[in-house]
Amino acid sequence: MLITENILVALAGLRANIMRSLLTMLGIIIGIASVIGIMTVGNSITVIVNTTMQELGANNLEVGVTQKSLDEETTSSGMSFGRGYIREMSDDDLISHDMLVSFREKYQDDIKYVLLTEAVGNPGTVTDGSKNANVQITGFNRDNIEFSNLEMLGGRSFLNTDYLEAKRVCMVSDKFVERMYKGDNDAALGQEIEVSVNGQFYKYYIVGIYKYVADQFSFGVSDNPTTNVYVPFKTARIDNHTQNKGYSRLTLVTSIETNNDSFANTVRDYFNINFYSRNDAYEVMVISMTSMMDSMNSMIGTIQLALSVIAGISLVVGGIGVMNIMLVSITERTKEIGTRKALGATNSSIRLQFITESVVICLIGGIIGIGLGVALGMVAVKLMGYQAAISVQSIVIAVGFSMAIGVFFGYYPANKAAKLNPIDALRYE
Amino acid sequence: MDIKENTLEDSNIMLDLRDIHKSFFIGTPNEFEVLHGLNFVVNKGEFVSIVGQSGSGKSTLMNIIGALDRPTSGEYTLDGVDIEKAKDSELSALRNKKIGFVFQTYNLIARTTALKNVELPMMYAGMGRSERTERAKMLLEQVDMTPRMLHKPDELSGGQKQRVAIARAMANDPAIILADEPTGALDSATGRMIMDIFHKLHEEQGKTIVLITHSPELSQETQRIITLKDGDIIGESAGNWNPKAKEVE
Repeated sequence: MLITENILVALAGLRANIMRSLLTMLGIIIGIASVIGIMTVGNSITVIVNTTMQELGANNLEVGVTQKSLDEETTSSGMSFGRGYIREMSDDDLISHDMLVSFREKYQDDIKYVLLTEAVGNPGTVTDGSKNANVQITGFNRDNIEFSNLEMLGGRSFLNTDYLEAKRVCMVSDKFVERMYKGDNDAALGQEIEVSVNGQFYKYYIVGIYKYVADQFSFGVSDNPTTNVYVPFKTARIDNHTQNKGYSRLTLVTSIETNNDSFANTVRDYFNINFYSRNDAYEVMVISMTSMMDSMNSMIGTIQLALSVIAGISLVVGGIGVMNIMLVSITERTKEIGTRKALGATNSSIRLQFITESVVICLIGGIIGIGLGVALGMVAVKLMGYQAAISVQSIVIAVGFSMAIGVFFGYYPANKAAKLNPIDALRYE
Repeated sequence: MDIKENTLEDSNIMLDLRDIHKSFFIGTPNEFEVLHGLNFVVNKGEFVSIVGQSGSGKSTLMNIIGALDRPTSGEYTLDGVDIEKAKDSELSALRNKKIGFVFQTYNLIARTTALKNVELPMMYAGMGRSERTERAKMLLEQVDMTPRMLHKPDELSGGQKQRVAIARAMANDPAIILADEPTGALDSATGRMIMDIFHKLHEEQGKTIVLITHSPELSQETQRIITLKDGDIIGESAGNWNPKAKEVE
């Protein structure tokens, strides 16, 4: 009961001195706003990095051919340092098809998919009269098509013979059909398209239409996004004239029971001992997405924490501002305090009154700060082109923290008020 | 709160001051004695004035009577409660429930309405919100302040402020009303009106009132006059107060 009364008195006091109240709150507002803003940006980035990595496959191992380091200094994530013997990578240095077959046979329990990707050139365009669409020709092997789990809207996926015989077939997105065939799937199926990439032309027949999913890194919503034209892996290799070469990189999708970190070493050792021990300049490295994700998350977390601590300092400064203004306010209201004491206020009720006042200032400042911080954070995240993820936890903490600042920095002035001698206080002019 | 009531239920004594000394330390070893052993009694239902020039010690005496301060030595009993033995928190409760202060400078809390000001002592007494609002309205009606009860002190005239202050003093139905120069800041007509309210409270509700003033004329209106000079009581006399004569008027 006394609390609500105190809150009303505090609010009346704030209203009577709006300018002063605002200036006092400013420190708290800026402090809380920067902490919340940093948390929002940090959280958003973490969410984006994680979902992107998950899309890439947290269970994936990236296998690639890399230059050998002479001193064999290799970090846990497989990145090598030091000076290696430098020469151009030749076809002999690549992972051959035979290596892959024997490798897959040996570890068939651990490996769910071997993803092979072959992009044909850079993004190109398909033009038909005034209609055009941006596309990227991407060759996927059967594992990759299965793993990417495309949602088919019409037609069919690739058949076994498409992969084996490198048929000139393709799957296009619904966006593509929208632009080129007014969204008529039946009209699109069976049509031959001609993709122009840097002056080269590639022709494929449409056999399937999949649902386009915008990826996290695309800026805004474009009405002409570059969508994939999927072709069988072998077809893409033929178009690139690389059908007889090995692979410089591939992705392994492991089964759920497999421990990726240790399996990464097994894979690296398998290739390097069996196939690369006599190679003078190149070897195979394996990067586990899980460990990359962990180290990235902890990196973001550390940066976020460091920035928050710096922002937190302004909260302390703001708290000192509140304390200062409370001391001024108590001096101004000495006579009021004396009167209240004469009317029967105990020391503790005076103390409670002024602590409530200080908490109310900090809480209002905190709430304004949260609003400002969330807004700033969201604007910043939007400017970076990402989706904002507001941290509810940080808002709860901010509210609690601003109240704690109110109590902490309000206690000394309130106690001073409580201990005033009623006679001196009454006589104060 | 542990305020021990007088065992003598039927005691007629409201204030009992015995050999009250008060000294102030103005830097050791200098001690300055303001009150040199005062003795007096105020009975229940009495309207007493304490008169003295400035520097006579009447403010110090008022602080002691009002339980705002403790005597350096001596015994003071207020409505059966021994002030000397009371703790600070008990003194707060005592001021809250037994004493109604009326100050020369009104001392209303700025920024809150007349109504809230009157409610304040009841709030500190722990009375429920609706109950105290109701009582505050009733008290303000008694001093004819109902039309302006939602105004803040700075929107009220001096006389209006003092009427609100009197209503506030009556909030917890105190044993005594302690009025310190209540008309000191008012013109004579308004002062007259305030004094009439005191008379009304005394006569109609039987309130014990202690009026502290420097004005001999004002003190003549009370039943008994205690004259203070340089920290000693130099005289006690009956005032010209005569309720019967007033009635004839």
